[in-house]
Amino acid sequence: MLGLVVDKSTNIVLFVYQNFTTVFISFVSVTILMWQEGGRVKSHVWRPLYVVIAFVAALLLFRFFYVPNDFGSGKRGFMYSYHRLSNEAEWKNQPAKYSTSGRERMHEYCSACHGDVVKVRTEKLHGIIPCENCHGPAFQHPEKPEKLTIDRSRGLCLRCHTNLPYATSERHRIPGVDPKTHNTGMECVKCHNPHNPSLEGMK
Amino acid sequence: MERLEFLQKCILVIVGASVPVSALTLIDPKKVFAKNPDIQWAFLVDTNKCVGCGFCVKACKTENDVPFEANVSRTWVERYVYTKDDKRYVDSPKAALNGFPESRIDLGRGEYKEIDKTNVGKAFFVPKLCNHCSSPACTQVCPVGATYKTDDGVVLVDRTWCIGCGYCIMACPYAARFFHPITKVVDKCTFCYHRLSKGLDSACVNACPFKARRMGNIHDKNDPITKIIMNERVGVLKDEFGTKPQAFYIGLAQEVR
Repeated sequence: MLGLVVDKSTNIVLFVYQNFTTVFISFVSVTILMWQEGGRVKSHVWRPLYVVIAFVAALLLFRFFYVPNDFGSGKRGFMYSYHRLSNEAEWKNQPAKYSTSGRERMHEYCSACHGDVVKVRTEKLHGIIPCENCHGPAFQHPEKPEKLTIDRSRGLCLRCHTNLPYATSERHRIPGVDPKTHNTGMECVKCHNPHNPSLEGMK
Repeated sequence: MERLEFLQKCILVIVGASVPVSALTLIDPKKVFAKNPDIQWAFLVDTNKCVGCGFCVKACKTENDVPFEANVSRTWVERYVYTKDDKRYVDSPKAALNGFPESRIDLGRGEYKEIDKTNVGKAFFVPKLCNHCSSPACTQVCPVGATYKTDDGVVLVDRTWCIGCGYCIMACPYAARFFHPITKVVDKCTFCYHRLSKGLDSACVNACPFKARRMGNIHDKNDPITKIIMNERVGVLKDEFGTKPQAFYIGLAQEVR
């Protein structure tokens, strides 16, 4: 409770400090001046000052109730990291969709049940592609979803196997076809085995 | 009151008001250390390895619920083509969500440019994403404190607190931010913060078959990514902006900005 109060008051102090330093200094100067003048100053001179003070007070009161309690800064300070601290946990608790990271660990993970399929894949060719790229996200796979939706589309293969004339890029090492002439409209998996894509392994 | 006394008091008030509030708060070192595990996430892109398959974009959009149809993306891949008659072309059709299935260059506004095979000098692909800068311009300009830098070096957006003014979108020199068409607030790469906290790699790093994208803790000297950043020739994008980007690139060209 005390911490909450301290946080709140720090917030208000910070707010006043940022927005009203100038106003504050001029207020104090004017007050001192007026105090020095004593009773000679008439009440209508004071009135605008009261209006401003009431406005600032109302603003601070509104802010006190509107801004969440856990606003604060991280180690990057007020300029870069003034935020609602509980939001970090909110982001951390977002559900993941794709499963184990790294292609090595993914093989390990998938081969626990699908060992026969994973073994077929040769490390030299499609073995570098994580299973989930084609088979879909599988973070909670055996339970939810029970069956993955496999992307067998032509477009998936053409991501890498469209022939692009870029001799200086790594792309030229991947065999490519011209999608406009190579068996247009057919799914690649009708002839090619995606797990063993060498031409000897053709269906 | 004497004039001298009055001036003295005025000076006292001004000095007092100019003391930063942070100087008055007491710092508990234990609290500070508990809050700051020594992690600073950094990204490493090897442009030499990228073949422009766009699996990263697909994985990112799936993982983070960014609609496929919308022409916005947290990460994207750019294709650079230099012709032998010294012209340069850059494109990223649909943020390379489906890779680059055509050899023609997307000039935008429905215009395309077919480059003759024999005229291609050099070409390469550059994956891009939020740089998670050390001194991010976007978090500085946020008027409501909705976007911020976490202690482990990730720039996040508070979706409940963002008012959608778009100031950060304008401030980002890398065009890494956009309006999310469903949440109606600003959205950006989070380094897959939810995955990092579960001990997984980010979706794009996970999906890249060629290891063109990697991520590591730059404060850990034994981290392979840190070793590469420390020992090899890496560059950052738009260094002159002073934002100190934390996405490092191997094989940068002058035209890549």
